[in-house]
Amino acid sequence: MPERIVVPFGPQHPVLPEPIHVDLVLEDEKVVEAIPSIGYIHRGLEQLVQKREYTEYVYVAERICGICSFMHALCYSQGVEQIMGIEVPDRAKYLRTIWSECSRLHSHLLWLGLFADGMGFENLFMRSWQLRESVLDVLEDTTGGRVIQGTCKVGGVRRDIGQEKLDEMHHTLDPFEQQCRDLGDVFLNDETVKYRLQGLGVIGKDEAYALGAVGPTARGSGVPVDIRETGYAAYGDLGFKPVVETAGDCYARCAVRVKEVYASIDLIRRAIDGMPEGPLDVKVKGTPDGEYFSRVEQPRGEVIHYLRGDGTKHLARARIRTPTLANIPMLVKMLPGAQLADVPVVVLSIDPCISCTER
Amino acid sequence: MTVNEEQTTISVALEDLVREVEGLHAGGYRLVQIGCTDIGGAYEVNYSFDKDYQFKNLRLTVGPETEVPSVSGIYWGAFVYENEMHDLFGIPVTGINIDFKGTFIKTAEKYPFSVTRLGGDRCRNA
Repeated sequence: MPERIVVPFGPQHPVLPEPIHVDLVLEDEKVVEAIPSIGYIHRGLEQLVQKREYTEYVYVAERICGICSFMHALCYSQGVEQIMGIEVPDRAKYLRTIWSECSRLHSHLLWLGLFADGMGFENLFMRSWQLRESVLDVLEDTTGGRVIQGTCKVGGVRRDIGQEKLDEMHHTLDPFEQQCRDLGDVFLNDETVKYRLQGLGVIGKDEAYALGAVGPTARGSGVPVDIRETGYAAYGDLGFKPVVETAGDCYARCAVRVKEVYASIDLIRRAIDGMPEGPLDVKVKGTPDGEYFSRVEQPRGEVIHYLRGDGTKHLARARIRTPTLANIPMLVKMLPGAQLADVPVVVLSIDPCISCTER
Repeated sequence: MTVNEEQTTISVALEDLVREVEGLHAGGYRLVQIGCTDIGGAYEVNYSFDKDYQFKNLRLTVGPETEVPSVSGIYWGAFVYENEMHDLFGIPVTGINIDFKGTFIKTAEKYPFSVTRLGGDRCRNA
């Protein structure tokens, strides 16, 4: 029997811009056990909800993550709106949907670039990030911010997108989609990419469901869970079917994200086509008294903001369960059997966001 | 309303917790999260489940020293939430399949989210 050694992976590693640590137990080059460890930068942002007024906490929620910042603000705002019985105007719901899908687009293109870099495919990395820049330009044009948008608030949104800008966005979607499809074609059909990813880090449908996986990590294993199907924001009007792959390996998780890029472009196009006229927000009166588990589909999967108000201007509790935390058990099960050289690719395949996890 | 989603919450006694969770597991529910709220002198623990977007919540109320049985024998991935409950609130969870014994989340002070243990809400008073 080969001697077992423990190799630490992280908290500082070239493929990880954020700190997560995994103790890899190896027999020769093969991983036989993986023990994760987090909490290097836990910020305790949940507790700030007791210090900030409930309308101000949106700014804190938005700063939980620098990638899905808008979706954290949306999930929090939606939770407070549910507790207070606030009906958001339709135009605000459509604008929230457009900005959410822009966030998903830039997040997936960011991940595709990092994944290509993890595989050693540098040109593909640069092309992915080049396309991501054009999405960030749209976010900057329409909200004023590339990373933190600041447009979502309890009761609606703060900014509108004028018809001229909407038309311009619509006009650019077709060539942008073609560029994304050309990029996706490499990820989906290039022989070297397939050789590197297929059969690696395999988790079947039943096991993924039992482990509580979410997002593209779950959908890559054939679990059709996507919170957009509950119809929050404008998803109920627009109609939506989750992208699902069944192989359960790194290639399938990559394929889900590639196809979700196309789906997001389609959703933005249909949201612009169906954009209703009307106000952007409603006046918010009173204080929240009650509780709600607000759920939104982030790029990495289902995020939950459990909010509890006690009738004062501060919420009594905000508990935020981020998708990466839910996907850590999947990672622990994916790694055994992989070669040491494949560990970075397998870890990246769940698209870990430590900023969210260390909220 | 913004979202049309039914959410149900059922209070559960400590001795019934494992049996109730086993029932949901057998019924095909996915474990969504386990979260804790300090309610001043006691903790409320929410075990959340989902099946076809039907959100169900089991609510357990326990004292600060009460040992809570792990459900990681039923839902393997529960260890992340149970270690978190211990590290942030100090709730003793027994029988976790991967027990980090207080080192899963590395905080500067022990049990930082527990108002009950720290003796006062430092955040609200800050």
